Amino acid sequence: MQHSSTPLRAACGTLWLCAALLGNALAAPSIEQWTSAQTVRTLFVAAPELPMLDIAVTFGAGSDRDAELAGLSQITHALLSAGTDAMDADAVAERFEEVGARYGYDVNLDHSRVSLRSLTEEQLLEPALSTFVEILTRPDFPQKDFLRLKNQALTAIRDEQQRPDRIAGKAFYQAVYGTHPYAQPVSGSESSMQAIELADVKAFQQQYLVAENATIAIVGDLDTDQARRISEYIASHLPRGARPATAPPPQPASEDQYRFIPYPSQQSHVYLGQLGIARGDPDYFILYTGNYVLGGGGFSSRLMKRIRKQLGLSYSVYSYFFPLQQPGPFMLGLQTRADQAQMALDQASRLVQDYVDQGPSEEELELAKKSIIGGFPLRVDQNSDILAYLSLIGYYDLPLDYLETFTTHIAEVTREDVRVAFSRHLHTDRMVKIVVGGPEEE
Amino acid sequence: MNVIKIAGLWLVAALICHVQAGVGDTHEMVLDNGLKIIVKEDHRAPVVVSQIWYRVGSAQEHNGITGISHMLEHMMFKGTEKYSAEKFTSTLAKIGARDNAFTGRDYTAYFQVMGRDHLEVSFDIESDRMVNLILTQDDFDSEREVVKEERRLRTDDDPNALVYEQLSAAAFTSSPYHHPVIGWMNDLEHLELEDLSRWYQRWYAPNNATLVVVGDVEPETVFALARTYFGAIERRHIRDSKPRVEPIQSGLRRIKVKAVAKLPYILLGYKTPSLTTAEQDWEPYALSVLSGVLDGGRSARLSKYLVREMELAASAGAGYSLYARYPTLFLLEATPAPQHSLEDVEQALYAEIRALQEDLVSEQELARVKAQVIASEVYAQDSIRAQAGVIGRLESAGLGWRVMDEYSQHINAISAEQVRQVARTYLTEDRLTVSVLEPLQAGGTTGAAVVSDAAQ
Repeated sequence: MQHSSTPLRAACGTLWLCAALLGNALAAPSIEQWTSAQTVRTLFVAAPELPMLDIAVTFGAGSDRDAELAGLSQITHALLSAGTDAMDADAVAERFEEVGARYGYDVNLDHSRVSLRSLTEEQLLEPALSTFVEILTRPDFPQKDFLRLKNQALTAIRDEQQRPDRIAGKAFYQAVYGTHPYAQPVSGSESSMQAIELADVKAFQQQYLVAENATIAIVGDLDTDQARRISEYIASHLPRGARPATAPPPQPASEDQYRFIPYPSQQSHVYLGQLGIARGDPDYFILYTGNYVLGGGGFSSRLMKRIRKQLGLSYSVYSYFFPLQQPGPFMLGLQTRADQAQMALDQASRLVQDYVDQGPSEEELELAKKSIIGGFPLRVDQNSDILAYLSLIGYYDLPLDYLETFTTHIAEVTREDVRVAFSRHLHTDRMVKIVVGGPEEE
Repeated sequence: MNVIKIAGLWLVAALICHVQAGVGDTHEMVLDNGLKIIVKEDHRAPVVVSQIWYRVGSAQEHNGITGISHMLEHMMFKGTEKYSAEKFTSTLAKIGARDNAFTGRDYTAYFQVMGRDHLEVSFDIESDRMVNLILTQDDFDSEREVVKEERRLRTDDDPNALVYEQLSAAAFTSSPYHHPVIGWMNDLEHLELEDLSRWYQRWYAPNNATLVVVGDVEPETVFALARTYFGAIERRHIRDSKPRVEPIQSGLRRIKVKAVAKLPYILLGYKTPSLTTAEQDWEPYALSVLSGVLDGGRSARLSKYLVREMELAASAGAGYSLYARYPTLFLLEATPAPQHSLEDVEQALYAEIRALQEDLVSEQELARVKAQVIASEVYAQDSIRAQAGVIGRLESAGLGWRVMDEYSQHINAISAEQVRQVARTYLTEDRLTVSVLEPLQAGGTTGAAVVSDAAQ
């Protein structure tokens, strides 16, 4: 019981300290960076207020590595927690959960992230961390669990087939990316999932879940030395491997594409878009701010005002640029009663066209800039948000002052910048338009 | 294994101290007009969330006007004389606030999250629209279409959501939890502006609201600000809805939902008390622990046995929410694994329930559930919105925010015997409604038909 006062003291002490310091606190968290064992880049933000810790290990192991076996990265990550030479799936789950720790992973088009949230009290953190490192570095992929997870993956794929928004999302990426790896869904298809064998999973792990392909992000109640020890512990256990080549750049479409997929739903899901920009594109902040006016700024965006508020066509309507390692999509989405899908699509296309032609008004741009800059503290007010930014900065090799300079970049954007960047990046004569839902067209 | 067990138990003991240390950070004041203000300090970041919770939701509605609380929530963004809809949006955008609203069975809530220096903007806007809302036919006509789209999106085109909607409607006959928060489509179509106006007059008053503020603020400053903006609004007589106590169920209810889908799905609902309605205060906590034993993570029984060991289910879950104003449902759900039928999965769920009724859960399982509950309380403090949400829900359920500080102690006090006892009392056939999804092939009838499958 002598340990029981430690978290209590730590919590009260730091709360007081924090309150005292806040008078002149900066909004952006201060990031520390170092290179851990095997040259794994590590980013850390100390957050002493709560007795907890978040760790994310990001790998260049997204679904873009799946090749013809779509879904391979996904099932490989799912299988990590199915066992090691020392533990089976039950033991892994129990070891995390009996100390209140949460383990998770997510696979994206161009990277994957394996994460742990734990309390920082040493006797709780230690078993959570050692289990985390063990499944990350020494998974043994039991055959029985492989077959089970394959079945679960097939069920998940069928679940997507009964959701018109997912059918539309898949069709959109397919149309924008053609034969590029980003065209394939992270979850795979029934036939690709069926084709995956255990040997493929093992090979994927050995090739991609390696030190040369990893970055680490840590946020929590630790000092720098403790964070360094943790990152060393993770990094030194990862297999070395080699840094894989990045995916090739996708080819932009040369003409308009329209695709309608009938589905017996009451609504149609409408997506419109095309190839956008890659992470680190010099126009990123301009396009982000410009898109805020068009469809990123919630209730004050042009799309929301017209499509929802004036016309009552859709509950949600939005647009965004989704930068990836290679150019990611620009995407606009809405959903509406099936018989008015064409009208909504026309309205949305026209709004995009007008915006590309004319750009924002001075008033609109100023409002967007104020909103983004004023809202900046809300982007980094939680450990989980900061962790996501650290993963982003680490994985895409963004500058370490990314957060500190964020609002400065936004403040510099002009109307002319937006107009020029939008007409450079968006080609309204080469849009992909997807409509899913409603009866077969006449 | 001994070491592991001790670690879990030790955790609980250690953190109870921490959680108790949190008491005292929350402050309450009630204005003369009855508006209750609750402030929780969190100085981790220079931000604040302000939420105003009205004690009106779908549970105050009756047949014919279902969905009216949610519809009014949408209309609350249409403006007043002081803040036109346009000005409302731009005022909040200028300060970089995130704002929105949500409606539940027991509440309608509006919120803004913003830099700590802008709290006054939120109070100005919320005190204004508490009494000065302008409702026009034009706004209403287009917003009704938006809400119908929302219903299509969230319910009509989502087979599992339809199963839940139909389960609630079958399990509850007279209880106000019978109908969905978003309302029946036919009721939405027949709502009139006059209905909304009456609903607004009836429920939107300071003495029917709780203002919850969490963030980097000083309580005294917030109280003073609240007095300035809300102090002059007059209290109103609130005529509460009739009790509508659910008649006793006297046998299994079973329904089938046919909808276009690829996967079958089963949802079970057992009638259970909430913390507000329980005769024995410990029972809802025991039901929460029970839900943790079944579905508290990947080590819990549904994952371990149904998904991993027997491979009957592709996914399975359990859920119970103890913070509700009226008696509620303990839910169990599952999607069968390929090559297994709904019947197999249903029987396996019953087998898990029987095991809980017959045998005591192990000390280790109990410790694991408690460890997760207490760790979750720490994790939840990472979000000011989540913290405000708990306070708001407790106030709306009529329980009071102080229950939040006792939660983990109550959970920690639950014994294996008490878990077995609530399994025996509440997870019984006479309290059960079963709802199954029968997938129709695409190309069959559009939409859903509900077929009664067994004698009631």
